[in-house]
Amino acid sequence: MSAERAQAEGAGARVWRGLRRERRAVFGMVVIGALALLALFADLLANDKPYYIELEGESYSPVLIDYEVWLGLRQWPEGLANRRFSELAESAETVLWPPIPYSATVPDISGDVFEPPSRQHWLGTDGLGRDVAAGLVHGIRVSLTIGLVVVAIQASIGVALGGLAGYYGGPADLVLSRLFEVMLGIPTFFLIITVAAVFKPSIYLIMVILGLTGWVGIARLIRAEFLRVRALDYVAAAQSLGASDARIMVRHILPNAIAPVLVSMSFGVASAILTESGLSFLGIGVPAHVVTWGSILAVAQSNTSAWWLAVFPGAAIFVTVTAYNLLGDGLRDALDPRQQGT
Amino acid sequence: MLIYATRRILLLVPTFLGITFIGFAIIHLAPGDPVELFLSGGLAAGQSGISTQKLADVEKAAAELRHELGLDQPIAVQYLRWVGRLLRADLGTSLKDRQPVWDKIRPRLPVTITIALISLVIMYAIAIPLGIYSAVRPNSRLDQFLTASIFMQYSLPSFWVGVLLIVFFCGGDYFAWFPPGGLRSLDYTSDWSLGRRLGDISYHLALPIFLTTLGSYTELSRYMRSAMLENARQDFIRTARAKGVPERSVIGKHMLRNSLIAMVTIVAGILPGLIGGSVIIERIFSIPGIGQLGYQAVLARDYPVVLALFAASSFLTLLGILLADLALALVDPRISFGKSNA
Repeated sequence: MSAERAQAEGAGARVWRGLRRERRAVFGMVVIGALALLALFADLLANDKPYYIELEGESYSPVLIDYEVWLGLRQWPEGLANRRFSELAESAETVLWPPIPYSATVPDISGDVFEPPSRQHWLGTDGLGRDVAAGLVHGIRVSLTIGLVVVAIQASIGVALGGLAGYYGGPADLVLSRLFEVMLGIPTFFLIITVAAVFKPSIYLIMVILGLTGWVGIARLIRAEFLRVRALDYVAAAQSLGASDARIMVRHILPNAIAPVLVSMSFGVASAILTESGLSFLGIGVPAHVVTWGSILAVAQSNTSAWWLAVFPGAAIFVTVTAYNLLGDGLRDALDPRQQGT
Repeated sequence: MLIYATRRILLLVPTFLGITFIGFAIIHLAPGDPVELFLSGGLAAGQSGISTQKLADVEKAAAELRHELGLDQPIAVQYLRWVGRLLRADLGTSLKDRQPVWDKIRPRLPVTITIALISLVIMYAIAIPLGIYSAVRPNSRLDQFLTASIFMQYSLPSFWVGVLLIVFFCGGDYFAWFPPGGLRSLDYTSDWSLGRRLGDISYHLALPIFLTTLGSYTELSRYMRSAMLENARQDFIRTARAKGVPERSVIGKHMLRNSLIAMVTIVAGILPGLIGGSVIIERIFSIPGIGQLGYQAVLARDYPVVLALFAASSFLTLLGILLADLALALVDPRISFGKSNA
């Protein structure tokens, strides 16, 4: 058991070493890491609540209070409840604002709509007067979450079903292949817009539909790889040594079959992010109050003179998607045991 | 081979029924039945004056409509009736304007299929050479450049590029190189010579096809590159090199032919994407294809049209899968059918 684990760690370390050699993969990881950090600290970067405020002799840290209220640990203090800090700050003794002192979802107090980039609003405002920079920072959370959740659902279903079909063949393959065909034959985007238009818009609904409809590519790849690898002599050797089916599938076949799936998964994250923005562009993606890169872009569609609404979210999508693609591409080379030492 | 083909065609029947049942179920499980949505939405505009009559009349009309559409029956009965009508080539009538659904689809189907097929050919024509060039010297400067460039194209949201194309190249304030949308010029008549008619349609379809194609060859060319590299590591390539086969022939014959096998199977996975993508592209360029019809039908909850399109596009996709599998069976002698699956 312990020997097995040491071996597994060895493989992980080898992949990591290989991955660091791929310059594009490193670039992708750095960008994704930076985006993840921005997403994690989005509330500290863009918030309409200050870090620190001194008001009538009392000092507060509204950003932290916001977290505590969210966790249900306390209520907002009397003087601060349901007040706008941009108004309170005028009478405050000291106030320390985040770099982007606006909320992603609440319109700025000035109410300036379609304001081009300026010193107040670095990336302008949208049609409701919401700060675009704040929207982009908080939109990272939505996009990264959508990409990861969708692909996690797709990969779990796809690898499990594809592996079973490819390994066992026969009736199992026949039945599962019919299921794959059903899923492959479903006009996915059409199904998505139907569900999105008919049901109440929700970000979770989008994730679930994209996850449940998009796994068949991975399943077919894994099935094909399992079919190929199953026929190799070393699998027969493992079988003759009495290894269980599960062990052969997971330990012996999967490592040789996983490479195309990782390429597929990296494209999957990209495609999920693109699909969400496409749905938002059509106006049926996320609910109106949720700010995503796609929903900012959708406003630009009907207001083409507001170029900042098109350029910045477009660039954000572009950078994120490219980073995932580069990472996946490098991962493919690093995971491939046959490329070691070349 | 003939037996295999026959069996595959017969197996398509349950697959097709599975797909259409899923579509049917989703539409019928959606909150609110179509009649309610129809009376509150589609007819509220005053058509036939239902909105001005008394509530009782509306309820009576709804009940009559439900009976007429068979919506008072259990869902299984409704589905079987729908299949029964489908077998008699009856797709039902649109809820929106009481036109036979087939009359709405028929003129639009060739438009979408033409765009999809032309795009498919262009995609392969671009992807295969790109994949080969990338794989000949992996990680060379050319490979890096090609990889970076196709990832950039792949990462561009098509609707965003589409809006930019319309703004800059289709009249407006900049260049009027292309028409702003539609399928034909306003003065188009069937009296025009064949060349002129084809020219006019190509002029209108150039940008939509460009947009459909842009970046969509990325996945294909990555798979091509993967397949080429995979083959490059095989013993038979080493053997070919060792016995002095010219490099050109090693790549052009031995590696290419084996890699193309992988490319054949992928075609099935691309078709649904092309049909789904037509929703956005046809909307941007106002092209009267099934994508646009589908989007309008979904928004209007015109469920006979939605179902018919669902069935039509899944039928086309299944046909694509079937042809790809048959082609694979023809080109790859290693795949033996009938033994393992029978």
